[in-house]
Amino acid sequence: MKTDEMASPPVAGTALPVAIRDLTVAYEDKPVLWDVDLDIPPASLTAIIGPNGAGKSTLIKASLGLVPMAAGSVSIFGETYGQQRRLVGYVPQRGSVDWDFPTDVLDVVMMGLYARIGWIKRPGRTERETALECLEKVGMASFAKRQISQLSGGQQQRVFLARALAQNTPLYFMDEPFAGVDATTERAIIAILQTLRAEGKTVVVVHHDLQTAPEYFDHVALLNVRLVASGPMATTFTQENLQRTYGGKIAFLKD
Amino acid sequence: MDLLRDLFFDYTLRNVALGSAILGIVSGVLGCFAVLRKQGLVGDALAHAALPGVCLAFLLTGSKTPIVLMAGAAVTGWIGMLILLRIVRHTRIDSNSALGTVLTVFFGFGVVLLTVIQKSRNAGQAGLDKFLFGQAAALTQEQVTTMAILGGIALAVVLALFKEFKLLSFDPEFAQSLALPTRGLDLLLTGLLVIAVVIGLNTVGVVLMSALLVAPAAAARQWTNSLSHMIGYSALFGAGSGVAGALISVSQSRLPTGPVIVLSATVIVIVSVLFGSARGLVWEWARQSRNRRGLQAPPPVAPALTAPIQETA
Repeated sequence: MKTDEMASPPVAGTALPVAIRDLTVAYEDKPVLWDVDLDIPPASLTAIIGPNGAGKSTLIKASLGLVPMAAGSVSIFGETYGQQRRLVGYVPQRGSVDWDFPTDVLDVVMMGLYARIGWIKRPGRTERETALECLEKVGMASFAKRQISQLSGGQQQRVFLARALAQNTPLYFMDEPFAGVDATTERAIIAILQTLRAEGKTVVVVHHDLQTAPEYFDHVALLNVRLVASGPMATTFTQENLQRTYGGKIAFLKD
Repeated sequence: MDLLRDLFFDYTLRNVALGSAILGIVSGVLGCFAVLRKQGLVGDALAHAALPGVCLAFLLTGSKTPIVLMAGAAVTGWIGMLILLRIVRHTRIDSNSALGTVLTVFFGFGVVLLTVIQKSRNAGQAGLDKFLFGQAAALTQEQVTTMAILGGIALAVVLALFKEFKLLSFDPEFAQSLALPTRGLDLLLTGLLVIAVVIGLNTVGVVLMSALLVAPAAAARQWTNSLSHMIGYSALFGAGSGVAGALISVSQSRLPTGPVIVLSATVIVIVSVLFGSARGLVWEWARQSRNRRGLQAPPPVAPALTAPIQETA
């Protein structure tokens, strides 16, 4: 594990939405992320791409302070995550919760407002209206009172997205928001992400589909425990970099 | 009805009914969170881990004051919980095995202490064996008052932190990403569970206490799809089975109270699983046979994505 902190480059441009330095994360004694340096530019849509077990979700979770870091640092708009949590929205993997929980769609979306509501106070009319607006944006307004157990996979994903929109933060981390959704929903979700970028927000997305990545995103980070390459899609998403990421096990043809 | 009149005027019956109602409400409410967080059996381990605490408190102080015994129960129950959490977090033993280990080790230790106390001179006065299966008839006014105060505190905390506990139960990772102190809330919820278990020790006993946490909540889930309603139903079912069980046990030549309460709760669970308005099996069967006879209109699908979104693409 790297301990010589002096060796790491000084954090350049501290206002970057995300600046990751020397990040190492290990479960048990197996490293999941090894010495990752990554900058995410403002108002960008960044895809995190890599094979299974490459540490993509872990990268997001470490950035959010959800898993302990063995070494390194993550700064969010120049400060530690602890100081900037209000600036970060999160869309977890759909499968990370029990959709049989006794609650309805509107209630889940309002959870995105809990930090703003503060302790003890209950969500009121303003919060309900904000949540409804967010449901409107993902095309789920008519589902507000629906039991969450009755949603399809794509609908669950849209509810999680609406909850993140309710957070209304300048930076978002999304863990596989396209997993198990149909083509229409996928296009709707990417449209929402592009709207966020147009509003000057930064969105970091764990993505699986190599075919759609260049079309959907403007930046990419290729990850396989170590960071293979990162930067603008056009210059980074090359055959050679992909081969290095997937260890030559992939035949991806750009055209 | 004699029983009804006695309920108000007979000292024992009034205590029994009040005490078991308080217990039923508190365990019904906290049981909901335990069940939704898939920790139903944690209450079981906790209750068993409370037995050595009761015995140690008696051995150390020689007192049978409810608050002393409850404090002892709370201390070892809490220690049991912490050990359980540590085992799960720091070893590769899974939570089921860890639960089994904590439960049996603490309970075994408790039974040893109980035997030591029973064999000592003041066995007659101790009567600690009642903590195994509960003896509601022995409830004193003092005990009921202690139960009411502790239970009231627990309910007030749940009421105040309802939204936080709901988020913690549904999506703990998201809660953490919102900067909620999830570990603290987790410990607090476990602490409230300790209170629920501790105030149930006299009435239900350590062996069957977890039934009063799990059964009302499981029954309540069959009637509603809303967490706040589920908690209300669960409190009602808990109080109902608590009072019914306690009264039956007192009036029927002193049956042990715990088992009778559990049987009452079981009746509620069976009725709820069959006829619950939200997911009762009977309605499900009826729907299926109706569907087999003639196709219903398909359920509504999500509306097509609204135009404004696609325009921004």
